[in-house]
Amino acid sequence: MIRVDRVCKTFGNFVALEDVSVDIPTGSLTALLGPSGGGKSTLLRIIAGLEQADSGMIEIGGEDSTRVPPQRRNVGFVFQHYAAFKHMTVFRNVAFGLQIRRTPKAQIRRRVEELLELVHLEQFAQRYPAQLSGGQRQRMALARALAVEPSVLLLDEPFGALDAQVRKELRAWLRRLHDEVHVTTVFVTHDQEEAMEVADSIVVMAEGKVRQVGSPDDLYERPASDFVMSFLGPVTRVDGELVRPHDLTVLRDPTEGAIGGTVQRVVPLGFEVRIDIVIDGVPVWAQLTRQEARRLGVRAGDTVYVRTADHAQVRSLSA
Amino acid sequence: MAKYALRASALIYLLFLLVLPVGVICWKTFADGVGPVVESLSSPSALHAFKVTAQVALFAVLANTLFGVGTAVLLVRHDFPGKRILNALIDLSIAVSPVVVGLALILVYGRFAPVGGWLSERGIDVIFSIPGMVLATIFVSIPLVIRAVAPVLQEIGIEQEQAAWTLGARPWQAFLRVTLPGIRWALAYGVVLALARSLGEYGAVAVVSGRLVDQTQTATLLVEERFQNFDPQTAYATAFAMAVIAVGTLLLINLLRPKEDVQ
Repeated sequence: MIRVDRVCKTFGNFVALEDVSVDIPTGSLTALLGPSGGGKSTLLRIIAGLEQADSGMIEIGGEDSTRVPPQRRNVGFVFQHYAAFKHMTVFRNVAFGLQIRRTPKAQIRRRVEELLELVHLEQFAQRYPAQLSGGQRQRMALARALAVEPSVLLLDEPFGALDAQVRKELRAWLRRLHDEVHVTTVFVTHDQEEAMEVADSIVVMAEGKVRQVGSPDDLYERPASDFVMSFLGPVTRVDGELVRPHDLTVLRDPTEGAIGGTVQRVVPLGFEVRIDIVIDGVPVWAQLTRQEARRLGVRAGDTVYVRTADHAQVRSLSA
Repeated sequence: MAKYALRASALIYLLFLLVLPVGVICWKTFADGVGPVVESLSSPSALHAFKVTAQVALFAVLANTLFGVGTAVLLVRHDFPGKRILNALIDLSIAVSPVVVGLALILVYGRFAPVGGWLSERGIDVIFSIPGMVLATIFVSIPLVIRAVAPVLQEIGIEQEQAAWTLGARPWQAFLRVTLPGIRWALAYGVVLALARSLGEYGAVAVVSGRLVDQTQTATLLVEERFQNFDPQTAYATAFAMAVIAVGTLLLINLLRPKEDVQ
């Protein structure tokens, strides 16, 4: 388990972390999610020992690691821009940690080959990082971090520098890898879809504070604040309430509890259809399936009535 | 038309400033054949001068390599009060006239100066001997390694080293195994530049060496002294040998320059 206890960190006048406490259970795959500048990377680097907390404590596997240098924390770290050792082959990159530990040569060879197979780079062992694609470099960096059998694997925006397609592939691949290797893994992301798809548990951070911790479902269904609700998925405001656009029912006839408005635009987006409505001068949008939209058959200028679905999760806005 | 005029003027400029003087030296050197050249270059004075030159250059380059890499790391990776002053001081050493450098060293390390006197009592003579010449040579070539290494160090950043730390490497291991190979071509370029500068230094060394024939006489000083003392054959031959060494280092520099450390 990783235990972060009342950690504070400032850079000059900038408060990066303010009294952050969070527990990350052994064997879990946890996402640190939040807008950039929210302190998630700083927290990850403090867990790795690459930054020192101003106050507070870090415990890894029941041991106080607050003052332990990164060399002795037994963590694997993967950087957004790979931090590949450019003058070494893929093989030597992955072997680096083992060579530092003076592992016998035959054993290094076996372990590196095993890892390269795990990350599907076995035929690239003698290449240099410059000869690999971004996705391949990041997989090499992962193998390098895993080579020393870390008790914790930390990934700082690991897919942030990759294009959308590769990013999606690597996400699914990281999930499968974790199911095979079971090492406690923490990754930083600002992409809620990525966090929801990959992680067992999500820590939402903003402005240096932990906003909410929970499973992806938990956070989506029971957000603790307007911020968490709007960060985890699309929201719209109806009559002073924050609602998911897919939780809105749009009707042609006035019904009890429904509010009238005028359709501004109907935007078909593949499977879903987005309907922009103005209610009392305030823009609202509803998300319908293609079929629902066809059945409703509205056009710009029509009058419609909107109400929230019975199961909907609604937050009253305080302001 | 203007293009050709420009080319012609550039060529004429180079012809009179570079090609002609060097050509004349070659011609004068070999005016009486190869025999006298070999003879003057293998005279005890010439051999001694080359030995002193090599000695001084070696120590100066060694010092500047270590100091240069260290300072480059300091300037690129750390923020501290006075960083801008340090940065400016580094370039000052190449901007100041070498003669001034030599005089300043005498004022500090001369036998009748406080520091020099203290050292002299302990049997170490700096001025009019090799240590002073090494100091003078270090002084005039300080920025060369730093300025070659710093931009590349900036470019490769610190993440590779941090990755090495998390893999268990101590800071010095991470530096030697990860960063040093990353800056090796830039470092080699800087070292060769510093070597060329050290071999050719005249002014500062002339002041602090005392020009003691067969003792503190470097190759450059030998050229000047022979020329003054009506032995032009040795002067020409030595100058020619130094030109050959310079061309050799230039070739080396050009071989090193295109190699990019950062991909």
